[in-house]
Amino acid sequence: MRRILFLARAEVLHVVRDRATLAQVLVLPAAQLLILSNAATFEIRDTPAYVVDFDGSSTSRELVHRFSSSGHFRILGQSASPEAANEQMLHGRVTMVLTVPADFERSLVREGTAPVQIAVNAEKGAAAGIVQSYAGRILSAYSTELGVALRPTANSARATPGDTAPVTGAIRFEVEARNWYNPTLNYQHYMVPGLLVALVTLIGTLLSAQNIAREKELGTLEQLNVTPLTRGQFIAAKLMPFWVLAVVDLGVGLTLGRLFFGVPIRGSLLLLFGSAALYLVVALAIGLWISTLVETQQQAMFVTFFIMNIYLLMSGLFTPVDSMPPWVQTFSLLNPVRHFVTISRALLIKGAGLAEIAEPLLFLGAYAAIMLTLAVRQYSKRAA
Amino acid sequence: MNARRISLTALRGLLIKETYHILRDRRTLVVITILPILQVILFGYAIRTDVRRVRLAIVDPTPDHTTLALRARFAATDAFHVVAVVAEAADLDPMFKRGMAQEAVVFDPSFAQSLGRGLPARVLVITDATEPNAGSIAQSYALSVIDGYERELRAASSAIRSREIVVPGALIVPEVRMQFNPTRESSNLFVPGLMAFVLTIISSLMTAISLTREKETGTMEALLVSPLRPWQIIVGKVAPYLVVGFLSVLGVIVEARVIFHVPVHGSVTLLLGEGLLFILVSLSLGILISAQTTSQRVAMFAALVGTMLPTLLLSGFIFPLESMPWALQAISYIVPARWFVTVARGIMLKGIGLAYLWRETMVLAAMALVLLALSTRSFHERLE
Repeated sequence: MRRILFLARAEVLHVVRDRATLAQVLVLPAAQLLILSNAATFEIRDTPAYVVDFDGSSTSRELVHRFSSSGHFRILGQSASPEAANEQMLHGRVTMVLTVPADFERSLVREGTAPVQIAVNAEKGAAAGIVQSYAGRILSAYSTELGVALRPTANSARATPGDTAPVTGAIRFEVEARNWYNPTLNYQHYMVPGLLVALVTLIGTLLSAQNIAREKELGTLEQLNVTPLTRGQFIAAKLMPFWVLAVVDLGVGLTLGRLFFGVPIRGSLLLLFGSAALYLVVALAIGLWISTLVETQQQAMFVTFFIMNIYLLMSGLFTPVDSMPPWVQTFSLLNPVRHFVTISRALLIKGAGLAEIAEPLLFLGAYAAIMLTLAVRQYSKRAA
Repeated sequence: MNARRISLTALRGLLIKETYHILRDRRTLVVITILPILQVILFGYAIRTDVRRVRLAIVDPTPDHTTLALRARFAATDAFHVVAVVAEAADLDPMFKRGMAQEAVVFDPSFAQSLGRGLPARVLVITDATEPNAGSIAQSYALSVIDGYERELRAASSAIRSREIVVPGALIVPEVRMQFNPTRESSNLFVPGLMAFVLTIISSLMTAISLTREKETGTMEALLVSPLRPWQIIVGKVAPYLVVGFLSVLGVIVEARVIFHVPVHGSVTLLLGEGLLFILVSLSLGILISAQTTSQRVAMFAALVGTMLPTLLLSGFIFPLESMPWALQAISYIVPARWFVTVARGIMLKGIGLAYLWRETMVLAAMALVLLALSTRSFHERLE
């Protein structure tokens, strides 16, 4: 135990002494969190829109007003020329074109139904679907309102004055929609818990991968090999300081997220840090394993970057795992980052307890055991 | 005249030497060739945001033929996958926290009764809004299913009581057109961005590393005393990467076409031409980085932070720029990839030409000129 502590102390001194590493450890998390949580967002605000109104009636004007006052759309221009609208779209200045046909109001009053055309610039990808659903919601809300507005006049022929009872036979659903866990639809509340995972993953893996590769480059690994340290002790001593650092980084990141973005902490912090501790064993073991495979720090960085790239992209951090094809979803069960992203979001945003995150936790535990064995065995081969 | 011929022969020699370098370094060669192929597959399959098969829980305390019919509607659409039917709304929370269910439709206990009496029948739609966009889309799916059923019931009841005056209500029917990418296929959107990303890696990163390596190993001195002029050294070092970059762009386009059927609606020649322009910009950036740094490690880090991350985050490649804070949007204007992504998407998806893209092309050309001049100068100063 004392030996482990000695080596661990040496590692801590290395980290503290090396300015570049220290900067990596302290500045990177803050910068990453602040920049990424602003940049990595699929949030849609203020979609630039163009209106082609052939009707020009009070109903169509009111409809356009609904769009502009919804907070989701910014009407950049309006005319009766589809060519102008198309031009705007080709230039990429507007994302949506709303076209109201000529006898919109008349057909709405006479037949009770009228079409409008919505063209969305699907070049915007994820945004296109959201824009469509926002537009759909505005239209259906306005439809309902118009329906209610038209109803009393139509009914007045039948209803006797003073009859307050509801009209029999009128089928009406009253639908209420609720957004659980994130009622204000705040995108940053969703992103920050995921980004925290990316943060500790990068720190943990990159540092540990670089560390042993550096010892190899400098030739100090040989010296360590001839000391009475056992392999297990060596790995433990190497892992401990980074493990502590990463946990501290998680704390720093969480505090920043709370202060700057008001990220909710609904679940148990103890459980979060406990899962993080388990997850970090996996991340660090992966880094360690990489470092036993490569010769130089540059290779270590390159390989880590390459692997992390795949891990992070497939983790559901940026795009939901549910949207991936089924076989990719199955494949992603092998991805430890995915499990910790799930845990972090479930704990922080949904306030889940141990029972609800048991499954991803078990995956992480198994992963930790496998990776650690792999790293130790790989290392022992080299030492022999 | 003679000296000129000598230096041209020397240039050819340098070109051959560089080509050998690239071909001989197996590890890097593998990364250069595998990376683009893997990235296309990864992005094509993993980076999707379409919402399908939403896991739906139904709370139906008093089953009745109307609730059963509506349940059948949900089961019948592809958009939903009914995972559970329970009697109590209290059972929902753990299901949501576990991620078993993403959405729930809760019938009021008196749903059928109210409907029979002509009172509004109440339904509650609860959505897991942890991820706001997917939540919004899932919510609009559910609302439209319920809405459709309501209209159908109304139509049916009015057909029975044809004698009574029927209130038509008002319905605005949106006809949605997804312009430029009708199926909203993600790969169509990511391939143009991916081209920028791959080109940045190859052009900026590889050039920066290859030039700093000559410095680190001291062979730069040897090049300096040769009859080569500074610009010839640059051309000699850079030309092979230009070819590699160009080939990998071709590879990405062909692969995207074969596997994901990504179209190129516009002129392929123009696309390749713009690609060359972008390669030129990236290469100059690589030279500039290498002129400022002395070690491969620093060069790599600078290339990573200075070119790759901005390409990934601030080009509109994955995340919509419109939603970012103004500061990040402002920075995005100096990211070359931002302009290239617009151009590539325009040519591939919209099929537009220089008439619409001249502004972006001019910006890229100006960037290429300025960066080339700067990098040649800084390289020159370094040599003297």
